[in-house]
Amino acid sequence: MSTNESYYIPSKATWPFLVVFGLAMFLAGFANLINESVLGKPMMILGGVTFIIMVAGWFSLQAIESEGGVYNAQVGRSYRMGMMWFIFSEVMFFAAFFGTLFYARMYSVPWLGGEGSGPGTSTQLLWEGFSAVWPTSGPGERYGFEESMGAWGLPALNTLILLSSGATVTWAHWGLIANNRQQLIRGLIATVTLGFLFVALQATEYHEAYTEMGLTLGSGIYGTTFFMLTGFHGLHVTLGAIILSVVLFRSIRGHFSKENHFVFEAAAWYWHFVDVVWLLLFVFVYWL
Amino acid sequence: MTAAATTHDEYHDHGPAKGFMRWIVTTNHKDIGTLYLVFALVMFFVGGIMAMVIRMELFEPGMQFVDPQFFNSMTTMHALVMVFGAVMPAFAGLANWMIPMMIGAPDMALPRLNNMSFWVLVFAVLLLASTLFMEGGAPAAGWTLYPPLVLQGGNNLPFAVFSVHLLGVSSILASINIIVTILNMRAPGMTMMKMPLFCWTWLITAFLLIAVLPVFAAAVTMLLTDAHFGTSFFDAAGGGDPVLYQHLFWFFGHPEVYIIVLPAFGVVSTVIPTFSRKPLFGYSSMVYATASIAFLSMIVWAHHQFTVGMPLAGELYFMYATMLIAVPTGVKVLNWTATMWKGSLTFETPMLFAVAFVVLFTFGGFTGVMLSLAPADFQYHDSYFVVAHFHYTLVVGGTFPVFAAVYYWLPKWTGHMYNEKLGQLHFWLTLFSFNLTFLVQHFLGLAGMPRRIPDYAIQFADFNMISSIGAFILGASQLLFLYIVVQTIRGGEKATDEVWEDAAKHGLEWTLPSPPPYHTFATAPEIK
Repeated sequence: MSTNESYYIPSKATWPFLVVFGLAMFLAGFANLINESVLGKPMMILGGVTFIIMVAGWFSLQAIESEGGVYNAQVGRSYRMGMMWFIFSEVMFFAAFFGTLFYARMYSVPWLGGEGSGPGTSTQLLWEGFSAVWPTSGPGERYGFEESMGAWGLPALNTLILLSSGATVTWAHWGLIANNRQQLIRGLIATVTLGFLFVALQATEYHEAYTEMGLTLGSGIYGTTFFMLTGFHGLHVTLGAIILSVVLFRSIRGHFSKENHFVFEAAAWYWHFVDVVWLLLFVFVYWL
Repeated sequence: MTAAATTHDEYHDHGPAKGFMRWIVTTNHKDIGTLYLVFALVMFFVGGIMAMVIRMELFEPGMQFVDPQFFNSMTTMHALVMVFGAVMPAFAGLANWMIPMMIGAPDMALPRLNNMSFWVLVFAVLLLASTLFMEGGAPAAGWTLYPPLVLQGGNNLPFAVFSVHLLGVSSILASINIIVTILNMRAPGMTMMKMPLFCWTWLITAFLLIAVLPVFAAAVTMLLTDAHFGTSFFDAAGGGDPVLYQHLFWFFGHPEVYIIVLPAFGVVSTVIPTFSRKPLFGYSSMVYATASIAFLSMIVWAHHQFTVGMPLAGELYFMYATMLIAVPTGVKVLNWTATMWKGSLTFETPMLFAVAFVVLFTFGGFTGVMLSLAPADFQYHDSYFVVAHFHYTLVVGGTFPVFAAVYYWLPKWTGHMYNEKLGQLHFWLTLFSFNLTFLVQHFLGLAGMPRRIPDYAIQFADFNMISSIGAFILGASQLLFLYIVVQTIRGGEKATDEVWEDAAKHGLEWTLPSPPPYHTFATAPEIK
């Protein structure tokens, strides 16, 4: 409940409309590109660049206002609640992909192999002789793959890297609260470095999968779920690392204080969220 | 702090920007509410024209005006435009206008994000509408976008998918804003259980939106990668399953119907007490019933797919879970009835729409119970009975309460009373023609007429003609609504601050002037 004497109400906002304009142009361009129209690429680039510049403009305005002391405690609470609900929406997005993985492994693939008295009976006739074992590229034998992704090589190392980065970002937070700027900056440098290292190792793993293991996005349901789940996670790690880089840059500039550091907290929550998603990925995609 | 002092005025200015730019840069909840409502009204007519095309084609058997592909585009686009372009934005507009005034807040919690939510919506609908003009036409696989049919849509698929993404962004951002506003911006003394029920229903709706829209976004992303990037989510040859899409879609799609209808419950729970001159009966049970409906709506989705060949245990579970929803819904209907019981009732236009809602929505609920019976559903599935059922729940459940809300609050927004006689004429025309259009569709469905077809067997001719005539009257009657709204905005009898007798007992908004100043509750009101 509000207990403030005066409210914070920004009057005009030019950035949101321009951000939306850039985003819409980017997506329209992407759609045109998929449809193999010549308009696609230029629209996509123009839209993407517009979007990035406008987001940067909007966020720097927020940063200037925040450092200028415009926001009161109520605004800080609004921002924090907003971030939590945003992360909840991301949780549901990943839940859909995990649900897909579980559905394929527990229902649709066994049914294709003729299991069960319901759907299994008809699929047995369609795909005679298909034995349902995970991982699989499906009964159509369109694109096979030679081997599935193991858990104890690079993925295990990546788990260690992400878990450590979760620790370093917390260490940086402790530094911020204790007003120890050096600890804050060092902690953030370590986190960002570990984050990008993770992305680089993921890229190496993808390269290996495509060139040596014959495992691609088109390798049936196993390749599909593997690349889409780890791919969207990788995108989120990249985004999180970029956000943390901005936080690092602002920390070097002397931003944030013990009382006023919403962006730091939001970035840290986001980072812990991608961390938890990775643990689930490691268990259900790589290991089991 | 000097920097803050010099920019102080920028954050506390008192009027809107000049000219057209006002609407592009605005962060004011009333402006954005107006934008949403006007946009919804425009889309209501766009979707309505599509419905007219459908009913024209079905006026008599045989092919008359459009080719089957375009007919299917019309059924698909009519649904998408009405759901995402008209009804949802209308309720978002009502939320923007009313929630801050109802809880004594100066504005929404995140005003810039609020601006973004609206404009994302506009671009999303533009992206969708652009498919009407491209080679191969608009999506024609039904609003559910089932694979494999939708994957054969050609050029429209990526546009439809990205449009859904943007619609999702818009609704999620708006929902975050509504939740944060309600949880963080209430005036001192405005406890959760003192809030108007409209705020409660929107709070729960916003939660549903954030929970299910990302799943829909993920599902359409899978459609896109299946069509263009070689994945096998919905392809049995690759180990996937087209039925998986249906599960993902309806995990979103079933809560979606409650996303439309819960804010409507809130409106009806606001209107009925005012015109019964009594407080709402069973306020807390209304809150719990709303929360129960929201929870149940997330675990019943597969009753839309009884015929796809689920295991028997699944059919039974989804059948019984679905029937449970009748319990909290019954609580609501009985509470509305009890609110009217022994009240001093008057029947102005908002009340007429609200009462019609209670009666007809209950009717739609009963056909819903019929459809929830798995063995019986095998007969009704994909027939006009389903079409009739969901128009009784969504047109009555979505549009009637929006009409009620507009007539109820329009005097507050504009400072002018609407023309009561014309309002009542609009109501009776709408009520009559709605039933003429959709009641007979129950019989068509039970007699075996399938949905989503441009032509039909000769024995369905009479009822289809009646339905089409009803639809034309229904469509034309809405021009009267447009006329009434425009007339009220431009002038008319001056409305008092309370507008309705003793309305100040029913909500903070009635303590404000009509029309309210650009910024309201800049200092928080004291709630006793």
